[in-house]
Amino acid sequence: MNNAKDRYRTILGHRLFWPVAVLVVMLLANTIYRPGFLSIEVNNGHLYGTPIDILRLSAPLILVALGMTLVISTGGIDLSVGSTCAISGAIACLYISQAPDQNNLVTVFTALAMALGVALVLGAWNGVLVSVIGIQPIIATLILMVAGRGLAQLVAEGQIITINSGPFRAIGLGHFLTLPLAIFIALGAALLVAALTRRTALGMIVESVGGNREASRLAGIRSARIVFLVYVVSAACAAVAGFMMTANVSSADGNNTGLWVELDAILAVVIGGTSLAGGRFYLSGSILGALIIQTLTTTVYAMNISPQTALLFKAVVVIAVCLIQAPAFRAKFRRRGRGTPPPATPSPQQQKQEVPA
Amino acid sequence: MTDSRPVLTMTGISKSFPGVRALHNVDFRLFPGEVHALMGENGAGKSTLIKVLTGVYGIDEGTITLGEEQVAFNGPMQASAAGVSTVYQEVNLCPNLSVAENIFIGREPRRFGAVRWGEVRRRARQLLARLDLDIDVTAPVASYSLAVQQMVAIARAIDVQARVLILDEPTSSLDAGEVEQLFRIMRQLRDEGIAILFVTHFLDQVYGMADRITVLRNGTLVGEYPTAELPQLALVEKMIGKELDVLEGIEEHSRRDLAALEGGTPFMEVSQLGRKGAVAPFSLTIHAGEVVGLAGLLGSGRTEVARLFFGADRADRGEVAVSGKPGGLRNPVQAIERGIGFCSENRRAEGIIPDLTVRENMILAMQASRGWLRPIPRRRQDELVEQYIKALSIRPANPDVPVRNLSGGNQQKVLLARWLITEPRLLILDEPTRGIDVGAKAEIQKLVVQLSDGGMAVLFISAELEEVLRLSHKVAVMRDREMVAQLNNDDTVNADRVMQTIASGSQREEADK
Repeated sequence: MNNAKDRYRTILGHRLFWPVAVLVVMLLANTIYRPGFLSIEVNNGHLYGTPIDILRLSAPLILVALGMTLVISTGGIDLSVGSTCAISGAIACLYISQAPDQNNLVTVFTALAMALGVALVLGAWNGVLVSVIGIQPIIATLILMVAGRGLAQLVAEGQIITINSGPFRAIGLGHFLTLPLAIFIALGAALLVAALTRRTALGMIVESVGGNREASRLAGIRSARIVFLVYVVSAACAAVAGFMMTANVSSADGNNTGLWVELDAILAVVIGGTSLAGGRFYLSGSILGALIIQTLTTTVYAMNISPQTALLFKAVVVIAVCLIQAPAFRAKFRRRGRGTPPPATPSPQQQKQEVPA
Repeated sequence: MTDSRPVLTMTGISKSFPGVRALHNVDFRLFPGEVHALMGENGAGKSTLIKVLTGVYGIDEGTITLGEEQVAFNGPMQASAAGVSTVYQEVNLCPNLSVAENIFIGREPRRFGAVRWGEVRRRARQLLARLDLDIDVTAPVASYSLAVQQMVAIARAIDVQARVLILDEPTSSLDAGEVEQLFRIMRQLRDEGIAILFVTHFLDQVYGMADRITVLRNGTLVGEYPTAELPQLALVEKMIGKELDVLEGIEEHSRRDLAALEGGTPFMEVSQLGRKGAVAPFSLTIHAGEVVGLAGLLGSGRTEVARLFFGADRADRGEVAVSGKPGGLRNPVQAIERGIGFCSENRRAEGIIPDLTVRENMILAMQASRGWLRPIPRRRQDELVEQYIKALSIRPANPDVPVRNLSGGNQQKVLLARWLITEPRLLILDEPTRGIDVGAKAEIQKLVVQLSDGGMAVLFISAELEEVLRLSHKVAVMRDREMVAQLNNDDTVNADRVMQTIASGSQREEADK
C-alpha cells in the first residue's frame, strides 16, 4: 500500500519534472541577466516585484487553461475561448458603463452574472454543435472564434468601452492579503475545478470518454452529456478570464481582448502533459504550463528582446519544452548520446522513464 | 527444418513495462522453411516477443540475430525491409484507405518521386489473386469484413521479400473455409523457404500446421519441441504449468432441467425485435439462470442481436419486456438500469479504455450507473477490484497498471469484471473467449456455469459450436441475419445438427413457445 503510494509519487514527480525544470531555468536566466529579477518589495502593504507580476498576469491564462484541459481531455479542442473572453468582458463593461453609479457593488455583480450567463450559453452552443450535432470540435468552435469577435464588436457597437469602476477594476488589479486578487481568483477556480473532477468521479469519466468514447457509451456513460458539459465549463472559465483582462485595463476592446489566448491555453495544456488525443488530464501541469508561458512573455520584455524577434524567441523555447518532454525524443537522444547498449539490469526507475507513455 | 542454420535467433531477451515483467531471458530460434508455433497463455509474452523482434518495442536485454548479423530494428518498417514481416492479431490497416493503398503504404512504386497508382492497383490485384481473393482494390478497407481485411494484411506482409513471416493470431476472426485458404498459402510460402512464426490459440491448427513449437509461460521460456514429439495434452500442461483438470471439470456440467427454468418467470422477453439492415425481426425469451447460446457463422447477425438486447443499437421495431415490464431499450444506460451487461466482441474499440488503469476500467460501469456525483469510495473500490483480480486470476495482479499494458486475455477478464461488479441479471457475452488461450477459456466457461447456477441469465455468443453447446440450455441459430431456429439443448442436439441448421436454415424449431 505504502509502496504503491510511493511509486505514485515518483511518477507524479517525474511527470512534472521537466516543466518545473524549464520554469526554474528561465527564472535563473532572468536573474543572471538582471539580478533584481526575483526581488520582491513591500509597498503600501502590497507585495510588488516581477514574480508577483508574473503570477498576476498569468491568472487569466490559468483560468482559460483549466477549462481547455477538460475539453482536450475529451479529445476535443475549444478555439472560441478568446472570443468568449471578449464577449463576456464587453457585456460586463457595457452594463457597468451605462449604470448611474459604476462603483455600486450590486451593479458590478449584476454585470458579472449577466456576462457569465451569456458565456454559459455560448459554451452550450459549442457543446451542442460538438456532442449533439457531431461537428468536429476544431470546426465547431472555430465558428464561435470568428463569429464571437463580431458579436463582441456588436455588443460594444464597434467602440472600446471604457469604464471607471473601482470594484470591477479590483478583479484585475486589486489586492487581498498583500497579494493581487487575481491570483486568488485563479487559485480558487483551480481548486474548484480540481474538486469538481477529482473529488467526484467526473474526472475519471471525462478521461474515459476521451480515451474511448464508444466503449464509455457501452459502459453506460452518457458520453454526449459529458462532452457538452466540458464546453460549458470551458466557456465559464473563459468568461472569468475575460473579466480579468478587461479589468486590467478598465476597458473592453472587442478586437483585442483575449486575442490568441486559445493558442496559449492549448500550449499550456500540452506543456502540462495532457495529450491532444484525449484521455488523461493534468490540471497541475496546465497551471504550470500557463506560468511557463507567462514567464516567457515577461522574459521577452525584461531582456529587451525586440518585438520583431519576440514571437520567434517564444516559439523556439516552446518547441524546446515540448521536445524535452517527449519520451520518444529523449529516448532517441539518449541512445545516440550513449552509443552503447543499455546497462544489463536497468533499475526500475529507468525502465519507467524509457517506456513511451 | 530443411536447413540446419537458423534464419533468426533471439537470445536472452528481456523486456519490462511499468509494473509488468513481460519477458525474462527468452531464447527463440526460427529455421528457414518451417512453420514454428509460438504457444502460451494470455500474458505469457507471445505478442511482446513479436513486438520486440519487429522493433515495436526496444529490448531491455538480449540480442537478435537475423541471418549472420545482429540486428535491432527500430520499427516494423525497418524490420520488414530486412525481410521480417508481421500480420498482427488485431488487423492493423488504415480503414479509410483503399485496399491497394494499404498493401503498398510506405513503399509505393514510384517514378520520379510520383506514386504510380496504376502499378499499385495492378500489383495489388496480382497479390490478392495469389490469395484467391477477388475484390475491388480501390474500395476502402473498412468496407470489407474482418476476414478479408486479415487477408489484405497478409498480402501486404508477403509482398515484401520476406524471409520471416510472423502471423500473430491470424485465424481468430476467420471462418473454417478462410482458415483452410490461409493454411494453403502458409504451406506454399513455407515450401518457398520462408520461415513462418505462427501464433494461435487453436490447438488443432498448431498440430495441423506447425513443424516445431516453442512454449512460453509467464514471460519465460518453457522449451522448444518438435510437434510430433509433443502430445496435445503435454503441450497444454506446459502452457498452463499445472495438471489439466480445469478443462475436464466443466466438460459435463449438470444441465439444469430446462423445463424448470422455463417454468420460472422470464427475465427478458423480446418479440419481433429487429433493425433494418442489421437483423430481421426475432423473438427470444431468456429466463433467470438460463444460458442461451447464439450460434452462427461470422456475420450471420449474432453481434447485431446482442447489440439490440443491450440497446447499443436502437431497434426500429418490436417489443421488449424486462422482468415483465415492457419498455424500449433505447440506449445502454437504460439497459444497465434494467440489470443488463454487455461484453463486446470488439475489445479494443468497444471495450477497454486503454489509458485508464485496471481499477478504473473495472469500476467504470458501476460508477457510470451511480452517476459522477457519487464516486465509489476508495475502500469499496479496493475490495471489488481485489476480489475480481483474484477470482478471475488477472495478471499482473496490480490494479494501478494502465490496462493497455495487459495482454488481450487479461483485458478480456478486466471487462468481465467490469460487468460482474454491476451484478447484472443478464450478461451478454459476445465472443468472450476469442483470442484467448485454453486455460483462460476454461476459466471463463466455468464462470458462465457458476453465474447461471447463481441465477444470472447469460446470452452467450461464440464462433465455436462446441463451446456454445457445452454451456447453453438453449441454442438460437443465426443465419443470414435471421434467427432461423431455437433448439433446446438436449441429447438430440449436437454440433452436426446445429451445423445442418446453419447450413440449411430450413429446420425451424420454436423451442421457446
